[in-house]
Amino acid sequence: MADIVLTEAPAAARPRRLGAVLPARVAYAMAIPAVALMVLTVLAPIVVMLAMSFTDYRFGEDAIPFVGLDNYLQLLNDRTFRRALFNTFAYVAMVVPGSVILGLLLAVLIDGLDHGGRLYRLVFFLPVTATVVAMAMVWKYLLHGTIGPFNLLLVALGLPAIDVFGDRSLALAGLAVINIWSLAGFNMVLFSAGLTAVPQDLYDAAAIDGMDDKLDRFFSVTLPLLGPTMMFVLVTSTITAFKVFDTVAVITRGGPRGASDVLLYTTYLEGFSYFRMGSAAAMTTVFLAIMLVFAWVQARVLDRRVHY
Amino acid sequence: MSAAVEITAIEKRYGDTVSLRSASLSVRPGEFMTLVGPSGCGKSTLLRIIAGLAPQTSGEIAIGGEPVDHLPPKARDVAMVFQSYALYPHMTVAENIATPLRMRELPRGARLPLLGRLWPGVGERRARIRAAVTRAAEMVEIDGLLARRPATLSGGQRQRVALARAIVRHPRVFLMDEPLSNLDARLRVAMRGEITALHQKLGATFIYVTHDQVEAMTMSSRVAVMMDGGIVQCASPAELYADPRDLRVARFIGSPEINVLSVDALIAANAGFAPLAAEWKGAAHAAFRPEALRLVSDGPGLAIACRVERVEGLGHETLVFLRTEVGGHPLTARLQAGAFALFSGDSAVARLSPDDVLLFDGAGQRLDRRHVTPTGGYAHG
Repeated sequence: MADIVLTEAPAAARPRRLGAVLPARVAYAMAIPAVALMVLTVLAPIVVMLAMSFTDYRFGEDAIPFVGLDNYLQLLNDRTFRRALFNTFAYVAMVVPGSVILGLLLAVLIDGLDHGGRLYRLVFFLPVTATVVAMAMVWKYLLHGTIGPFNLLLVALGLPAIDVFGDRSLALAGLAVINIWSLAGFNMVLFSAGLTAVPQDLYDAAAIDGMDDKLDRFFSVTLPLLGPTMMFVLVTSTITAFKVFDTVAVITRGGPRGASDVLLYTTYLEGFSYFRMGSAAAMTTVFLAIMLVFAWVQARVLDRRVHY
Repeated sequence: MSAAVEITAIEKRYGDTVSLRSASLSVRPGEFMTLVGPSGCGKSTLLRIIAGLAPQTSGEIAIGGEPVDHLPPKARDVAMVFQSYALYPHMTVAENIATPLRMRELPRGARLPLLGRLWPGVGERRARIRAAVTRAAEMVEIDGLLARRPATLSGGQRQRVALARAIVRHPRVFLMDEPLSNLDARLRVAMRGEITALHQKLGATFIYVTHDQVEAMTMSSRVAVMMDGGIVQCASPAELYADPRDLRVARFIGSPEINVLSVDALIAANAGFAPLAAEWKGAAHAAFRPEALRLVSDGPGLAIACRVERVEGLGHETLVFLRTEVGGHPLTARLQAGAFALFSGDSAVARLSPDDVLLFDGAGQRLDRRHVTPTGGYAHG
């Protein structure tokens, strides 16, 4: 009896696609190239960075002194780092709602057009295709305190000039506007794709059921059905906003007086201007941890709630 | 709780294409009216115009004697069931069914998600809605599924939810757009019976769109056959079958399809057969149902020499597919099973009574009495 059971069970479990069972050794050998690539390009750098964050390594020096958690403890008391962290969160809190709501608004408005939808979509998508550094230069000129057209206009209208990037309370918001401008077009395209997946029948049923108000229909049908798209847009926008670097490096360099210091820019200065690699690695670890939290939230919480 | 629906000269054009041309129809209160026709005949468009989902180019719709052309769907007091069910995927079954009532009876603030529950002064109305939802769900036997979401239901269950959402408000007119098309064959037969029973229980006016002539014939009080954007004939199922006014109707209703021969071919094969009045000069078609044919070597009536092409035994009956010896026209005979032995290639004589022949002119219009001689002008025997 036992023999029969033993011989039958594996036969039922045999993989159908190949029609044969590969020896484990061969299977692992075949996975080696992919695994090696992933280890070399993704995992190894992370491990090296983690290891470096426990040292006081300086760029160009031979010695690698181990300092334990010192780098992390210093970050806790580092005013520059704390300000960068705060600024980054403030920046994300402006860019994500701004770009998501603007993107959604554009997508819904364009979706309601009878003609010209393609043209509008193209126009609003253009900022996405532009090089951020080049666009940052243009924005810097446009909003320049003395020679920028924006201020020339204000002055011509008899209003006081506003030096956006020279004002401590406006610099970060100015950078956020640029990111919203470039990200909204991208989110619009994603929402447009999501909108085409909402069946017309549902709007018909909604009209029969008594939702003849555009707002009713938007909140009862469109928005809930955009749930999966919304989740994707929220997560990608958050990650994009967290990674802000180019505009800060080109326009404000963290100024004025640290008002637009953000996480990646501070890390960059620490590592490649002051050559304190250990402390830069610790900052990167913090950045990575924040990213992981968002990835986890995406996978666990949002994913379960918005898929029907 | 039922209303007449009066459709007067409805026309619908999309640019240059005409989808409906002067469609007129009177639906009596409490009637089960089916709009049937091949795809693209305009039946769904007409239903959407009645619902107010699409505007007509010209013509008028009146429900219960009142013109409704200026009213949005909400104000027309109609409910609609869609082929795709059109359930809100993010709502539970109970919320889906409650939507038509919530939209009409609760103020906007009370309809807000989460916050709306705190809205004061609507507790009694909420309880009423809950009771109505339960009653509607019991009627279509889905009261056990109220907390589920549509994605977890089978096709048949989803269609029941759509029905419950339609009946919860007790509208005067129900509009159904191919509600059974997405169900499998067995379920379709069962739901046919249930929708008919629902109609009797509710006593409301039903307008039902389908391309399936079996649904049309089995469920309806009357059937309106639509072709090329117009209503060709509207009559009871039995009358449509026995007395079609148009060759297209005769062909569409009945399975297997009605046999059609040119009258000349029938005359050539039967000396003395003169069905048409002498002054009739145009072409004419003779049509007769498959069950009107008998395959017997001699007997009264008209005779057509044929060759047997194929025999299909269906158990209770047998279909014999024939081809006429002269001209090679296909004919189908529906016979009682058993009492004969025929094989493909055999010669056979198909006989039919001249009373069973329906005559149509060259354009497919039924020829009226004036053009037809009594008893088909044929001496029996």
